[in-house]
Amino acid sequence: MHNEHVQEHFNNRNVTEIDSNYYMVDIAPYPTDGWGKFKRVLKRALRGELFVGLWVVLREMIRFDIHTVKYPEEKMPIGPRYRAVHEMKRLWESDTERCIGCGLCEKICISNCIRIDTKLDENSRKEVSEYSINLGRCIFCGYCAEVCPELAITHGGEYENASDQREHFLTFGDMLTPLDQMKAGTQVEFEGFGAITPHEDERVKKTPLAY
Amino acid sequence: MSKITINIDGKEIQTQEGEYILNAARANDIFIPAICYLTRCSPTLACRLCLVEADGKQVYACNAKSKEGMSVVTSSENIAKERRAIMEVYDVNHPLQCGVCDQSGECELQNYTLEMGVDAQHYAVKDVDRSDVDWWHIHYNPGLCIVCERCVTTCKDMIGDNSLKTVPRGADALEAEYKESMPKDAYAMWNKLNKSLIGLTSGEEMLDCTSCGECAAVCPVGALVDTHFIYTSNAWELKQIPATCGHCSAGCQISYDVKHTSIDNTDEKIYRVMNEWNYVSLCGAGRYGFDYKNEVKSKDEAAFAKAIEAFKKADTIKFTSTITNEEALLLQKLKEKFGYKLVNSEAKAFQTFLNDYSEISGTKLYGYDLEATHNANFVISVGAALKSDNPNARYALNNSMTVNKGAGLYFHHLRDPVIEGLGKSIMTMYHAPLQEEAVLYLILDLFADKEKLPSDIVSYLASFHSTKTITVEEIIKEEITEIVKVMKKNEESGEEEEVEEEKKKMVPKKVSKEVEVDENRLLEILGADEKFMENLEKNLAKKDTFALIAGADLYTHPNSKNLARLLALIEKYSAFELTMIPNLTNTLGVALICELDDEAGSYTVGYNTQGDFTLSALGNGDLDMPAINQQEGTLTSINKRVNPTNAAIGYNGYELNDIANALGLSAELVVDYTPMLPVEKGFKAEMFDNLPNHYDNDGTEHRGYLLDNAAVATSGDESVAAISDEKLEGTLIYMANPVRQFTDFTNKATNLDEISGVYMSEEFLSKSDFNEGESVRVKSQKGELVANIVSDNKISGDIIVLPTFDSKINSEALFSSYRFATASIERA
Repeated sequence: MHNEHVQEHFNNRNVTEIDSNYYMVDIAPYPTDGWGKFKRVLKRALRGELFVGLWVVLREMIRFDIHTVKYPEEKMPIGPRYRAVHEMKRLWESDTERCIGCGLCEKICISNCIRIDTKLDENSRKEVSEYSINLGRCIFCGYCAEVCPELAITHGGEYENASDQREHFLTFGDMLTPLDQMKAGTQVEFEGFGAITPHEDERVKKTPLAY
Repeated sequence: MSKITINIDGKEIQTQEGEYILNAARANDIFIPAICYLTRCSPTLACRLCLVEADGKQVYACNAKSKEGMSVVTSSENIAKERRAIMEVYDVNHPLQCGVCDQSGECELQNYTLEMGVDAQHYAVKDVDRSDVDWWHIHYNPGLCIVCERCVTTCKDMIGDNSLKTVPRGADALEAEYKESMPKDAYAMWNKLNKSLIGLTSGEEMLDCTSCGECAAVCPVGALVDTHFIYTSNAWELKQIPATCGHCSAGCQISYDVKHTSIDNTDEKIYRVMNEWNYVSLCGAGRYGFDYKNEVKSKDEAAFAKAIEAFKKADTIKFTSTITNEEALLLQKLKEKFGYKLVNSEAKAFQTFLNDYSEISGTKLYGYDLEATHNANFVISVGAALKSDNPNARYALNNSMTVNKGAGLYFHHLRDPVIEGLGKSIMTMYHAPLQEEAVLYLILDLFADKEKLPSDIVSYLASFHSTKTITVEEIIKEEITEIVKVMKKNEESGEEEEVEEEKKKMVPKKVSKEVEVDENRLLEILGADEKFMENLEKNLAKKDTFALIAGADLYTHPNSKNLARLLALIEKYSAFELTMIPNLTNTLGVALICELDDEAGSYTVGYNTQGDFTLSALGNGDLDMPAINQQEGTLTSINKRVNPTNAAIGYNGYELNDIANALGLSAELVVDYTPMLPVEKGFKAEMFDNLPNHYDNDGTEHRGYLLDNAAVATSGDESVAAISDEKLEGTLIYMANPVRQFTDFTNKATNLDEISGVYMSEEFLSKSDFNEGESVRVKSQKGELVANIVSDNKISGDIIVLPTFDSKINSEALFSSYRFATASIERA
């Protein structure tokens, strides 16, 4: 039952139609005259909030059971829908790449950071001859993963992509799931934008077949 | 044809009586869905989507003609049902591989499936094996084919190759219940679709046609694709640069589709050439010969300084007509300033020819264009190797025959199976070289209004006629009476007995009869067969619009003056609408703009042709120049139109304008010269940026502007010299290119792979002791050359053809100026 509720939310994004937990934030009216503004400045400046913060830091320091994650030795687990550096998935059945070279990711990319070159391969199929993502330009919006008809390009959890140059490129090979990972069956499916929604089967209209 | 008013969906529109409803609607921005119909071709009636209700009756808009006061409704409940069912049928077994299909969204199947709101499939039939095939420059994927037959239609009605046809699919019959349950038209359309696929007419494995690629252009889905383009780019990534094709004088509107070369190389590259196929049809050179750019990395200052020096030293500029009007004007301005001689022999010949023509016609230019040829229903072609000189002229001829129920008459020396293959209503007359005068006199004799024609010409024509009494054998039916024995029952005795009876019977009998016939010696001179007049009369039945195409053979003919005057007389005194084919891309523009000289001086600067100093857009000269697809400018076409063209790809070197500026002229851009083109020659003072380059929905051409056909003073002398008896004896050579080749620029294009050499017909090769591939020496009075023999199945007969598109074979050296010469051929 709970699941159904979630689905309803998922499909209906019109907030006003849902008797939900949305509520308006209580905000005091903004001052309009000079005197009012002056009073607000005084009130904010002399409130002593700075010391509240300092006290929290001091308290936590002397407690010695701090919750700080010691990055980079420690890392937080990343949610399955997190949108970090892209991955290219392989087919479970054959271990070949899922990408068909349709070029929709290149088209939809709003920061224009994806480029794809294709050609006819020796089996008369479309082959991706080169593929690059300029991570310096990428805004990790997730459109490429969403538009991908094959669930081939997805976002992964790898967020450590700092570099000393503004533009740095990812190629197809960099993103492709390594074969040993495929053999071990550890390729992780992306659950974010572009992944199959739970009730997809019911939405599909069946096509008659004459065989 | 009169203007009428019809009503479509409550909108009153004006159209021509007899215009198809679909065309009338399209011209007035009313949408009627249709897949299989091609403007300018005959209706195919394959898709049945254009179903409309005209005066309450369901008709197909693509073949129902408008009538005064007709009321048309483009959709009704029933029609919507039909259309949706039709789109569902088209989607049956259509592979869901849109992601990799080369149509990449430019897909009419996709569009109409969405338009008709198809969101579920109700029909099914077992699929058959539909593997894809490579037809050389075209790739056919029957799996994607919806058999709308647009490819077949355009090949038949426009191009004239008739290379494609529908072939059996070999599928199971449709389930019987569909006949009852499905909308009627959708079922009928499916029933036909399920039985056919597209195949080659020849029945062979490879396409052997004139390789225009129009079939792939008109394909609404990704079934027919240019082989070179497969999987190279999505359509939406390509930027379309509107331009004018720079290969021949047809001046077709094209768009260069460009994109960066690859991830590593961001230089723009032309991926393909597209056209508005409803209004303009390309040839193979236009479609596939696009990568002839001159790649120059940077400005070569040393070469430029040498060029300036050469210009200071030179007294002659020699050039070809593959230049823009602006460049031609630049050359003319340089001539005016520095007194250079401008040498361009083929443009000079055309210029002289036009001037000779003007002396009688009183106009600077011929009166009509290929549009008139498209609309005519009797077309004559004289002096042109039509299929290769100007492919669009051939399309016009073919189109007039197929769509206007017309007929054609093709006068040439070179036997041409392609022209013969245009259909039953084309008559070919292969005459000897140098007999073009006789041809034009014959046309005058057959078609001119003798009452208005100058009397000396009438009497000259009459001198060819004589009456001859010949004996013809005729078969008549004669009645004879014979006596036969029959068995009859004797009524009295009741027994069978033999009785003799008289019977009347008709039997054929041969009788000889003497009749007086008119004999025309002109026909004899031209070598017409006996049936010629009879066939011509048959072909002339119900013809009312006449067009005449005159080709380049006439301009360089030793008696070209006579020919020009005869053409003017034909245009003046008969119903023929005359069009002349300028030899090269901008021959007409050059002939109008430049004052040309006959002889070169002592030091020559060559532009795209060999000189003492050579400027070349081919990359083989002393200083590089941009090719036509790297330039802005205008080109003057056969249709007397000044068409704008744009730079498809960048160019980093020097251009002619830089040289002109260094020599003292001043213009920032070459196109600054566009408004300065000579108004007295018919050009207009229009800025380049104001020139349009598009077609309207009703096919109206908005490209550049039309030249004014300026009036020329005439002397009133309309006399023409008599036919000369000159003949060429021996082995004949003819200067013409194979289809898809025009100049070194087409030769440079990677997708045009015609082999240059000495072209001999298969027939000639089998008769002679030469073999294909052998090296031979061709020797004429003027010169000689050595080249390999190429067997060419697009010509027949004994004439040997030498091409000009490959500068490695200097064919021009063999000819004086006329396109024919006699030569000897021996093994080298």
